[in-house]
Amino acid sequence: MTDTRTPPARAERPEAPPAKHAPRPSARDRGTRLLATLFLAPTILGIVVFTVVPIVGSVVLSLFHWNVIDSPRFAGGSNYGAVFGDETVLVSFRNTLVFMVLAVALQLLVALALALTLTGRMPGWLRSVFRSAFFFPLVLSAASISVVMKYLFNQDFGVINWLLGFVGIAPVPWLTSENAAMATVVLVYVWQQFGFSFLLFVGGLNNIPKEIHEAAALDGATGLRKHLSVTLPLLSPTLLVASVVGIINALQVFEQPYVLTNGGPGDSTRTVVMVIYETAFEQLRFGEASAVGVLLFVLIMAVTALQFRLSRRFVHYQ
Amino acid sequence: MSRVSPLSQATLSFSRARHGLAPWARIAGLTVCALLTLGPVVWTVSTSLRTPAEAFDLPPQLIPSDPSTEAYRGVFGQIDVWLLALNSTLVTGLIAVGQMITAGLAGYAFARLEFRFKKSLFALVLATMMVPLQVTIVPVFLVLKSMSLTDTLLGLIIPAFPTAFGTFLMRQYFLGMPKDLGEAAMLDGAGPWRTFRSVYAPLAAPGLAIVGVLAFNYHWNEFFRPLILETSGQNYTLPLGLVSLQGNLGTGSVSVVLAGVVLSMIPAVAVFVVGQRPLREGITSAGVNR
Repeated sequence: MTDTRTPPARAERPEAPPAKHAPRPSARDRGTRLLATLFLAPTILGIVVFTVVPIVGSVVLSLFHWNVIDSPRFAGGSNYGAVFGDETVLVSFRNTLVFMVLAVALQLLVALALALTLTGRMPGWLRSVFRSAFFFPLVLSAASISVVMKYLFNQDFGVINWLLGFVGIAPVPWLTSENAAMATVVLVYVWQQFGFSFLLFVGGLNNIPKEIHEAAALDGATGLRKHLSVTLPLLSPTLLVASVVGIINALQVFEQPYVLTNGGPGDSTRTVVMVIYETAFEQLRFGEASAVGVLLFVLIMAVTALQFRLSRRFVHYQ
Repeated sequence: MSRVSPLSQATLSFSRARHGLAPWARIAGLTVCALLTLGPVVWTVSTSLRTPAEAFDLPPQLIPSDPSTEAYRGVFGQIDVWLLALNSTLVTGLIAVGQMITAGLAGYAFARLEFRFKKSLFALVLATMMVPLQVTIVPVFLVLKSMSLTDTLLGLIIPAFPTAFGTFLMRQYFLGMPKDLGEAAMLDGAGPWRTFRSVYAPLAAPGLAIVGVLAFNYHWNEFFRPLILETSGQNYTLPLGLVSLQGNLGTGSVSVVLAGVVLSMIPAVAVFVVGQRPLREGITSAGVNR
């Protein structure tokens, strides 16, 4: 934290006053630096106290046993050992990965299909209406929406089973059977989140120059064929961004399973962030909770790095 | 430029769907999807207007045949809606204003001022965009506890002031402004502060609007931090209050809970209507600039 204020390393010193400038900093330069310090102080200080220190803190805490009341005891790697031996934690990682794959795939597919369909010819006002409708759920609270969805997905009285009854589908135990519960959490999450990818795709599609579409049309590419061989490669940078952000967000899912199922039935929808919450704030095992947090962080970084690596082969920049 | 292989010519000959879907089919499909998207919201509003006794009766009604405000009176009786709304407004409003200030200042410094360690400090800011709060929540809680800020509204507000993404966005915004403006002001004898205050800051409003609207949208709906930090009911925000209201479902009624949900949606919907453009731009750039 103090690093930023200390003078630069000795090696840099001789280069400090570049030949081009006046030998001594003018009053204006000093003023500029003072202003920069004042302008940056709130942001940098805040980031150090509430992000940098907690990152280091997570790693340190994960090496201790601590319940906040007694003084911390050094644990070495035993928290990690405990975490890897804990069935609930392992299941939560599996659930989170399954959730991530299903949610991100569905979200990207729905968003891409809608964004592509929206590029077709239609009145401008209709296009804006659709666009607004699709991103509207994004402005709502995930927690409140999950409250609403809990009613809609109710097995006996919910509107969804009532509607399905018309096409002869027997009531689905959306929230009360192990298999269906995860699907329900995915559906509710995607319902709220697909608008984000959708907006990205709409923006990405707008950035594709008209001439390219025209050239493709001249070459005889239309419809789905055009989309597969022309649009998608050009959209691939946007696809990468949408999937990276989608994955990072999905790995942190909390509100939907917390409100809809509270992790159940059994542990079938318990996610990693739910485990962090329960371990730390319900069971007061701060060391183990931190270890789970560190593992989640490593997972997020690894998945993102892998994605960028893979994308080098598939992403085309114009 | 074109990536179309000669093969597509061949495909075409047996592809009847030369222009993709017919326009009516496209619009019909989009309409169905839009209805699915808005359906739960419409149901929430209409059910909140039914009497608590018949709220869960099927079939659901699109427009209640006999609209009643009983549920709304009920929700005010069961939870302190005014207090929750006041807390949410305070927290969200102060965070939004705070983020506009911190991001505006820091963004300007990174875009237009010269100082030591500029690159590394900016890299630090960018790097923290990658760190999800859920991962560091335990130490964040302990830091706040050491400051006696747990179970206070300030504990929600202060840590949210610095915004890596907002800083990044404002830096881009200031970088997009012509450099000559500032140089002209400098030649006229304006110092760094005057140059900022009278030349660049007035031009920053649209960028700040994006930061403010995004902050409002995110924090008005925020659930995770309040759930962890706020333990006494008097410090609850709306989403927390609503989830706890559904918790005692045995005593409450569907329409009462939904009335609460509708009330809590109003400001978010208002921002959606008034600030849709900055909101869209913000959400899009949040992705594109990663």
